[in-house]
Amino acid sequence: MSIIRTEDLCKNFGDLQVLKNVNLTVRSGEVVVIIGPSGAGKSTLLRSLNTLETITSGKIFLEDKLFQRVERGEVREEMKKEEKKAALLEMGMVFQRFHLFPNMTVKENVLAGPLYVQKIPKGEAEKRALELLEKVGLLDKADDYPSHLSGGQQQRVAIARALAMQPRIMLFDEPTSALDPELVGEVLSVMKDLASQGMTMLCVTHEMGFAREVADRVVFMADGQILEEGTPEEIFNQPKTAKAQQFLASIL
Amino acid sequence: MNGMTRILIWMPQLLKGAQTTIIITILSVAVGLILSLFLALGKMSKHAVLNRLCSGYIFFFRGTPLLMQIYFIYFGLPQFHPALTIRSAFLAAMIAYTLNTAAYLAENIRAGIQSIDKGQFEAARTIGMTGAQTMRYVIIPQTVRRLIPPVGNEFIMVLKDVSLVAIIGLADLTKVTRAISSSAATALVYIPAMIIYLVITALFQFVFNKLEKKYSVYE
Repeated sequence: MSIIRTEDLCKNFGDLQVLKNVNLTVRSGEVVVIIGPSGAGKSTLLRSLNTLETITSGKIFLEDKLFQRVERGEVREEMKKEEKKAALLEMGMVFQRFHLFPNMTVKENVLAGPLYVQKIPKGEAEKRALELLEKVGLLDKADDYPSHLSGGQQQRVAIARALAMQPRIMLFDEPTSALDPELVGEVLSVMKDLASQGMTMLCVTHEMGFAREVADRVVFMADGQILEEGTPEEIFNQPKTAKAQQFLASIL
Repeated sequence: MNGMTRILIWMPQLLKGAQTTIIITILSVAVGLILSLFLALGKMSKHAVLNRLCSGYIFFFRGTPLLMQIYFIYFGLPQFHPALTIRSAFLAAMIAYTLNTAAYLAENIRAGIQSIDKGQFEAARTIGMTGAQTMRYVIIPQTVRRLIPPVGNEFIMVLKDVSLVAIIGLADLTKVTRAISSSAATALVYIPAMIIYLVITALFQFVFNKLEKKYSVYE
């Protein structure tokens, strides 16, 4: 079963075509890593999937059901409101710049979704939050405010916050790009754990080591298009397109 | 009689005037704050009617003199309809200051909300919060901290603007001071009166500094 599938997804910012007919599928349990030069549309693609950006045209399917069909900037077909809301909650999102709620403690950040959105009892939500904080190795920071944490710790809390909604898929938008180099490892290790536990993941990242090691499939994007996709070996060892060869030569 | 004794004799009257000044200031800014939250949200709303209504309100109350608003509410409204008569000058003053300060506060609140990082709205949305939940749990708590300095400023502005209430016959600190000055034929009374204003201002500053510290725990 596919968790996410797009059909001819296009996105324009004014006259600028950021995404051109993107067809992407992420199957259940798969770890897909999107790589490519900056400006390729990687983040926009991710953000389009959970409607942080409204697409210009194309279709998005979530768990094989049509989520949205858009033509010329207008939504032509869409899930019913309740169904749509539930479908969006199946996607957890981790941002480049964490975006933790600074007015809440670490625990409250993780609690907020289950408590206010899923309306589960406080005791139960708290238990879930503490379990997740333990999972990301930050149980001892539960009562601290995010501003007292390092970037790596903040990002791990952000992962716990997304996991607290018990999503079917996790979207990572360059989760380590804003981190000091020595903090990248701790975030990647949490992501590797997640992958090994069978979480479906779609990651935009520049961490090629992570892509090689963890990805089931690597997608190479440039100029708003998917130019190549395949196993890490195929993409890293025998890139077919000139753009991919050039990109990989420049970063490796 | 020497100066000190005279000041002591005036003191009860001056403090009575100061009391009126303080009550009008605190009540109108407090009620104005509640009103201003709705005005700010209304002005940011995508709902066209609500948006125009709130923008128009803010434009009107910031764009006309407070003195004229007080006159109009107390003397003007009864001429349009007898039911609009406000017999109590105190109540009329309260209404005028509340409506006026709400317009200024609303712009502060709007600026406060709009200064919050867009990522906060996005993060709230990805965990499924509705717009109202995002405001209540994420945006407003963060805005409160940023609003403390401008609200403190508004208190101090209103404190001095209250001296306008003399025109509808209320005896605030400035009015009492002027009355004493003319009946005793001396300007000496201005000295204790100004000191009282400074003491009240200092108290407001003290409270708002404390609040700012308290709400800065997470920064």
